[in-house]
Amino acid sequence: MSEVIVVTSGKGGVGKTTTSANVGTGLAEMGKSVVLIDADIGLRNLDVVMGLENRIVYNLVDVIEGNCRLKQALIKDKRHAGLFLMPAAQTRDKNCITPQQMVKLTDNLRTQFDYIILDCPAGIEQGFQNAIAGADHAIVVTTPEVSAIRDADRIIGLLEANEIKKADLVVNRLRQDLVKRGEMMTVDDVLDILGLPLLGVVPDDENVVIATNQGEPLVGRNNLAGKAFYNICCRLEGKEVPFMDLGRPLPLWTRFAGLFRKNSLQEERV
Amino acid sequence: MKLFTVFRRKSSRQIAKDRLKILLISDRVNCSPEMMELIKNDIAQVISKYMKIDTSSMEIQISKSGKSGGNGKIMPMLYANIPILDLKS
Repeated sequence: MSEVIVVTSGKGGVGKTTTSANVGTGLAEMGKSVVLIDADIGLRNLDVVMGLENRIVYNLVDVIEGNCRLKQALIKDKRHAGLFLMPAAQTRDKNCITPQQMVKLTDNLRTQFDYIILDCPAGIEQGFQNAIAGADHAIVVTTPEVSAIRDADRIIGLLEANEIKKADLVVNRLRQDLVKRGEMMTVDDVLDILGLPLLGVVPDDENVVIATNQGEPLVGRNNLAGKAFYNICCRLEGKEVPFMDLGRPLPLWTRFAGLFRKNSLQEERV
Repeated sequence: MKLFTVFRRKSSRQIAKDRLKILLISDRVNCSPEMMELIKNDIAQVISKYMKIDTSSMEIQISKSGKSGGNGKIMPMLYANIPILDLKS
């Protein structure tokens, strides 16, 4: 049973591509066959995050327009045998393909892969409609900020309108220090507002920047973000994994106590 | 100084949460002022069949309710304030 998952957010820059790359890599590490499709035509980036930018010959639009066979556009990952990337076209625009063509493509890929993961472009126009057309399941990525949550809410409404019934939330770039000071919304606050089931919480971690620089997803590595993405993959596979404790606002009196005993607030369980 | 600000200031987390709750209600409803006027007129017409109401000072608005809907989301609510002039029509 293969599953088509779209990673979407509405707002740009919240971590769709990072999430797609890490979830795809993580699932491949677990022995699944995975294809990552970059649906962001004209502004492709999944190839650089995966470190495969030098291997592109054909792309998604070539497949749809029949310039090449499906297999020719699939780039094999450097490290994982079951992982493939289908890059987006860089010199075309989002209107050159239709939702029907995307459905046909994803249906074709279902016969060969366990997971088909679509990296959706930002926005709610044609590119978004194309990316969600063939999806069974949506992962909505947001950060605990007003603008990202507002856009996520809009996306959730559009997913419902397009009859994508299964949607889960990933809260990305959570800053534990800010949450503890009461200066950032908690995961519960975000869940309360958006009302989606929680798939994962990814703390703000400099290792994500480092991994992107190197073109190697960090899922499964021994750092906070690596563990968080690994947990997301486990949950997608149906395993129950407890959520990491990434801090909550401290009660007022402990904040006072902190004024006098500086290191009393340092205990963290992650 | 920190002591004073703790008492005076609402945390920015709470401000963000409050702003979002209000903001999303109007985003979700996607209801233009013209549409609201049409709804208001229709409500007034129906009620007028049964009692005499003051249509000029009647008010309707969409706001957040304390209760959550079936799926756990906070549902928007339509409130109408309709002053009754005479219970008999």
